[in-house]
Formats: sequence, structure tokens, C-alpha cells
Amino acid sequence: MDASANTAYLTKEEQAPAAPKFLAHPTAKTGLMGWLTTVDHKKIGFLYGFFALIFFLIGGFEALLIRTQLMVPNNNVLTAQQYNTLFTMHGTTMIFLAVMPLSSAFFNFIMPLQIGARDVAFPRLNAFSLWTFVAGAIILNIGWFLPADKYGAPDGAWVGYPPITSKTFNPKHSIDFWVMGLQLLGVASIAASLNFIVTIINMRAPGMTMMRLPVFVWMTLVTSFLIILSFPAITIALVQLMMDRNFSTSFFEVSGGGMPILWQHLFWVFGHPEVYILILPAMGIISEILPTFSRKPLFGYPIVVFSGACIGFLGFAVWSHHMFTTGMGTVATAAFALATMAIAVPTGVKIFNWIGTLWGGHLMMRTPMLFALGFVWMFMLGGMSGIMHSAAPADAQQHDSYFVVAHFHYVLIGGSIFALLAGLHYWFPLMFGRKVSEGWGRVSFWVIFVGFNVTFFPMHFLGLNGMPRRTFTYDPNLGWNSANFIATMGAYVLGIGMFIYFAVLAYTYFKGEKVGRDYWDGRTLEWSLQNPPPEYNFSAIPTVHARDAWWYEKHNQAEVEKERAQHAKEEEAHGGIHMPYGSIWPFVASMGLLVAAIGATCFDANPNPGIHAKLGITLVGGVITFLGIYFWSLEGNEGYHLHLDKDGKVVEDHSHRH
Amino acid sequence: MSSHAATIDHHHDPTTSTGIPNKKLLMWAFLASDCMFFGTLISTHLIYRLHPPAGGLDPKAVFSPELTSFSTFILLMSSLMMALAVTAIQKGNVKSCRWSLLTTIFFGMIFLGCQVYEFQHFVYDKKMTLSNSLLGTTFYTLTGTHGCHVAIGVLWLVLMYVRSFKPGTGSAQRTWFSAQILHAATLIVLLLLVLKVTLGLVHALQVEPGFGAAMTSFLKHEFLGIAGMMLALWGCVWFARPRGPVQFGVANAIDVESMGLYWHFVDIVWIVIFTAVYLLEYL
Repeated sequence: MDASANTAYLTKEEQAPAAPKFLAHPTAKTGLMGWLTTVDHKKIGFLYGFFALIFFLIGGFEALLIRTQLMVPNNNVLTAQQYNTLFTMHGTTMIFLAVMPLSSAFFNFIMPLQIGARDVAFPRLNAFSLWTFVAGAIILNIGWFLPADKYGAPDGAWVGYPPITSKTFNPKHSIDFWVMGLQLLGVASIAASLNFIVTIINMRAPGMTMMRLPVFVWMTLVTSFLIILSFPAITIALVQLMMDRNFSTSFFEVSGGGMPILWQHLFWVFGHPEVYILILPAMGIISEILPTFSRKPLFGYPIVVFSGACIGFLGFAVWSHHMFTTGMGTVATAAFALATMAIAVPTGVKIFNWIGTLWGGHLMMRTPMLFALGFVWMFMLGGMSGIMHSAAPADAQQHDSYFVVAHFHYVLIGGSIFALLAGLHYWFPLMFGRKVSEGWGRVSFWVIFVGFNVTFFPMHFLGLNGMPRRTFTYDPNLGWNSANFIATMGAYVLGIGMFIYFAVLAYTYFKGEKVGRDYWDGRTLEWSLQNPPPEYNFSAIPTVHARDAWWYEKHNQAEVEKERAQHAKEEEAHGGIHMPYGSIWPFVASMGLLVAAIGATCFDANPNPGIHAKLGITLVGGVITFLGIYFWSLEGNEGYHLHLDKDGKVVEDHSHRH
Repeated sequence: MSSHAATIDHHHDPTTSTGIPNKKLLMWAFLASDCMFFGTLISTHLIYRLHPPAGGLDPKAVFSPELTSFSTFILLMSSLMMALAVTAIQKGNVKSCRWSLLTTIFFGMIFLGCQVYEFQHFVYDKKMTLSNSLLGTTFYTLTGTHGCHVAIGVLWLVLMYVRSFKPGTGSAQRTWFSAQILHAATLIVLLLLVLKVTLGLVHALQVEPGFGAAMTSFLKHEFLGIAGMMLALWGCVWFARPRGPVQFGVANAIDVESMGLYWHFVDIVWIVIFTAVYLLEYL
């Protein structure tokens, strides 16, 4: 069918200059080439989720090893070096390779559906983001497979403070992997965020005003702005660290006049907004789930939206609360303490609005709702200990203790992860047309909930009793034994809970019970689609009349159907549904970055003149990336058309490409 | 712009919710992000200027503000040419657009040439290297990053200029793809050779005692470069010969405009760098 259409194209416009064969648009929709060349936001979202879940399991396994080592005093399951590597990779993996890409999976899959769009604004850029993320993940983890004496996996903690990461104290290539891996992940995140920003601002369906956007879309927008504005700080800090390590500069070298404290500032200028990059998507998901299962619209929608934006703004003004003990002076400390306390206000407002949504609702206690309620409760606990940290004198006691570990696991597992797990259950019927077993879903929730609290609640006491973070073992006479033992047991329970959750998810993907459209009786536009959604998403672009657009449609069917038929006719008159062609070039450009990063990290600098392995391979990678981008631009952004016949069957039409 | 784009092709330029073309919005958002990149670098430089290490270099003993003022002026003028290129293509004037693009490229290359000269002058004559002083560390990283932005901009301009020769429907040209690549490669080789030869000329004038001796030495050292330059120049003229209708016009105005936004931004950043890094030292 494709081939005949192509011939028709050539005979019709014989005069058109021929494109070289390798610039021809790929048409494979299945198989390996289908996945590598896809520009469909749903497939890209699926791949993001797939990779994120793999890394989530790896990061979880690393956590279990850490807890096993700390189960009893003076344990020797791990050496100190292995322990350093594991807690570094656990943190880095969970933040950059699990929570962020899982959020990104939802941004990709759900956000365009919620605003009534057929794809993101730049489909090929979206594919580039995905594959660059994969390249970064490979670089970050490549050290596991190389000899530990010279390479090894990164071991400088997720914050990478120099001089721990300086060449003098860490001459191995492991830190180079960390630097370059994060650089690639930064490129991927910024490119993806630029795409989401343009998509949300510019690709909304008619009638979908900004104040009608679902809260999840709003939080996607705020998160994207946080990413494009905060990642540059760490990108430059990493460049400076890379220069220090490779070109003997002295940005953070005390001997050359540099100040390591500068790294801490630059890192946390990125690092604190990053915390909100992890939690705001979660808040968005919760703001979708609570109304659906309370059978009520979200309480105080504008306030929830503004609170989210307010958290985003304030997120840039609090970075130094990670550095209260560095001696910044009274004024700076007081200012950052006050700004930090101020963030509690919009956060508290959100929690009250969620409670307001539940209040008087007809609550449906299904699995996503359980996770969502767990989120509200657990996130609040984490927020409370956060406020304790904001008081600088108290923080001086808690700094770098297990109290901090307890705090951020409450906001990251009890917060982000609970919401993402809720989102997976919630949108699973839409994504794959199957529903996750309710019984097993509940079991996994309760096991996870109990395991999580048993693991992390005792850590509050450990911290207040003086147990420092990032120590690989402890003496038996310090009073930390029982709490550590309980925490480790809790971690195993949490591990079992996660195993149940994902085993059930995998089973459902292949064998789960099939369900029809709009399984939860939802409120937002994505539920108006059949499941799984077709590649063109909407057979006719919807017109939005109300904040809960699909809810309105369900209650005004006659009007909406007339309108849709009208739209479908208009679109058909304009040539049908416009679809973008797939492309291999984003993948090629990303793989060029991978080659360049391998060249820059895996080889020693050679002082002799000429081109050696390090420079040579890096240059080859750079050329591949350049050619990928150049061919990507030369192939053009043309697409083809789809027509739906009377039975809703799809007919592809390649006759007039644009 | 949006109404403009809509009149070009109702059919396929998808009307955006805001009326702002997607590419333009993308570029604005990217530049917001780029602000933070340069903000971090400039902050680093200024922090270390406020807390200089004992016995560090004095920037006033290193900088030569006359040359930098000149290159700043050239970069500003390149922005003017960029703006003219955008206006030209918005009116569908491909020829005028091409000349403006070429001038922008030319001015951009003068700026880059000044930077290459400045760097080697600082390293060899003023003994300020990337690693021997904190000033060198922050200065070269900051201005080098800016130079990379200009170089990427020049590369983009070159590819856009070459893109304007893509044959349109009705052209008999069947090998446009290899022509594009060879054309771009030739132009890049030309630019690099012009840079090399010019720097060679400056070097000869500085090192040799008299004008005649300088010319002799210059011709002796740069003979191959000059020959290659002439050849590349001829190649560029040959590729640019008129060959029928092209696929480049008002519809591509948004592409040129996005590139222009980037170029102007890099220019504005330089004004900030010039003020903060050079001029502030003389206050």
C-alpha cells in the first residue's frame, strides 16, 4: 500500500527533484525499525516508561544491598568502596533514570491527549530526547562492566562535591562517567522540556484555554520551565568539573585559588529546583486521580495551579538551605530559612485543596485512589520534617544525618513514587486496554505502604541519635542497632511489595482483563479515546467547553457529536488527518553523542601531539551527531495523511506530502 | 508572523493556539535556558574576580580593549545584516537574503578571527593559559563558550545559505543532495582558509621588520592556503550559479527568523560579557 502510494507520487510530479534513497521516510510501524524510527508520542512515552522501570528495579536492588550492609553493626557484606559506589548509583539512578523518565513517560503519553493534540510540537526532537536519555543512562552505568581499578561505577555521591570528585582524590574514570552521563541526561531533559513547553502553549485544542488545562498539564508546564532554567547551572558546573579533571583548570582546585564551595552553590541552584522537578509531576497526577475517584471536580482549581507555579518560582530561591552548615553568614542563612518556610505555604494550600476535593465526595476506594491517599498522607509527613530542616539551628543538628535520609525518602517514595505508581494503575486501562487486578493492586499497595514506613520511619530516630549518612558501617555500642535492623526488614518488605506490584503489572500487560473505553468514568479528554489510543489520537480534534472537558462531553452528547461531525468534515476537506513521518536521524544523532561520550570518558588523555583514541573517538561521535542533525533537517518535516472511512478504518494517503 | 504564515499555506501550517509559530516559541524558550548557561559562567568569572587568588594576574595587564571593541562592533553589525536577511526572506527576496546571510557569515568570521588572535596573543605574549591562573580558567571558559556559540551560529548560517539553493519543482537538477553537501563543505573550507591566511598575514606583519619582508614571508608560508582559498572561492561561485527555481522562499522565513533570534541573542550575550569581563576592569 505504501509502495503504490509512492509510485503514484513520482508519476504525478515527475519534475520533482529526487531525494537520495537513504533520506526516504521510513514506513515501518512495527519491529525494531518501527521502534527506532518512531515519532509517536505514545510509543516514545512507552519506551521512557519501559527504561525507567528497568532502572527503578536496578536502583531498588542497589538500595537492598545498602540496607543489607547496614542491617547489623560492623557488617562486611560490602566493602567501603562498594558501599560508596552503591549509594552514589542508587541516588543518581533513582533521580535521573527512574523518577524523571517515569514522569517524562506520563508527560509524553498523557499530556498531548489531555490537551486534545495529535502529537507533540516537534515529534522528531522528542525521539532525540528519548535516545539521548538512553545514551546518558548507558554512560552512567558503563563503569559496572569495566575494571574497577581504573574505571568502576561513579562513587562521589549524587551531589559530586569536589574535592571528592577532583582528579587528585578520584583519579579513576568513574567520575568522568558520572559527569558525561549527567551531561547527556541534561541535554535530553532540556530538549524534551522545550518540546513540552511549545506543545502545551501552542497545540491546545480549540476552547482549551490555559485555565481549562488539566492540572497534570499545568504541572508538566511548570516542571518543564524548571528543567530548562535549572539544568544549565549543573551543566556548567559539570563542564567546570570536567575542565578541572581533564585540562588542569582550577575552578574548584584550592591550590589554584578555586573554591570548592562554588560547586555546592551551582549544584544546589540546580539541585533544589530538581526536587520540585521530581514532585510537581506527582502532584499533577494526584490532582487528576483524586477528582476522578471522588466523583467531584478538583476543589479550588485556580489555587492549585497557582500554588504549583508558586512552588516553582520559590524553588529557585531556597538552594542554600542545603548548605546551612557551610558558614554563609547570618543574613544569608536567615533569608534562605525564611524562603524555605514560605514554600510550605503553597504546598499546604495544595494539601488542603486535595482534602477539599475528597470532602463530601462519593469516594471510590480503588487501587489508584489508595496510592493517591497514601501520597497525601506520606508526602505531608515528609513535608513536616522538611519544615524542621528549614529552621537553620535545628538543621545544624540534622545535617547529613539519617534524619535527612528519612525526610527525602518520605517525599520521594511517599511522594513521587506513590503518585507514579498510582498513575500507572490509573492510566493502564487507557494505555493498554487492560485493567490491573484490583485485589492484587490492593495487596501491593498495603505491602508497599507498610514496608515503606517500617523502613524509613525509624531513620528519623537514627538521625536524631546521631547516625551520619553515607557511612558504610557502625559500631554496636552506639544505640543504632535495633532501628537499623527494623529498617532493613522494612526494606525487604518494601522490595517484596514492589515485586508484587510489577509482577502484576507485567502479567496484566499480557494477560489482563480487557476493558472498554473510559474505564474509570474519567473527567479529562484522554478518556474520550478508545484504548489503546490510535496513532492519530483524535479522529476529529475536539472543541473544549469546560474545565473537565470529557465530563462535559458525556453530559452534552448531542451537541458534541454534531460538532465532531462538523470538524471531521472540515478536516477531510483540508486533506484528512495529518501525520508526521518517522525518522531514523534523531536516533543517529543520539548514538553519535553516545560514541563521543565513550571517547571522552573511557580513554586517558595522551600528552603527545596528534589525534589519539580519546580525541579521535570523540570527534567521530561529534561528526555522527552533526550528520544526524544535518540529514534530519534535509529530510524535512513533511508528513502524510490519514482518512477514516465509514467504518472508522484507516486509509493512508501519501499522494500529497507536506 | 502567524497571519503571515497562514497566508502562505493555509493547508498545512497548523494554526497554533497562540498564533506564535512553534519554531519561534521553541527558540525563545531555548534562549531563556541559554541565559542561565551564560549566567552561570559569568557569575563564576565575577565571583573569582571579587575573590582573586593572591598573586593572580591583573586583567588590565592582559586585555587589549581596542581589539575587543572592534570585534564587538563587528558582531553588532553582523546582527544588523542578520535582521536584513530576515526582512528579505519575509518579502520573498531570496537573492537579497543570500547576500545578507553571506555578510553575516563574513562578520561572524571576523569576530571569530579576532578571538583566535586574542587567545593566542594572551597565551604566548601575555602568558595567561587555561591552567596557569584562575583568571585564565574563567576567562577562556566563558569567552570560549561564547565563541562556540558564534561558531555554531556561523555553521547554521552556512547551512541555511546552502539550503537556499535546494532546487524546486520544475528544476531539472537531480543531484541536489550531493550538491548541498559539497556546497556546504566548500564554503566551510573557504571560511577556514580565509581565517588561516588572514591570521598568517597579521602574523607576518607583526614579526617581519618591513612591509616587503612581511609580504615575502607571508606568500612563502601561505602560498598553499591562498591557492586553496581561490579554488574554494571558485567552487562556491560555481555552486551558486543560477540553476532554475529553488525551494526556498517566504515559507522559510520562520527558519531564518529563528536562526536570527539565536544570532541576536549570542550578540547580546557578548555585550554583557564585554561589559562585565572587560569594561568593568577599567572603572
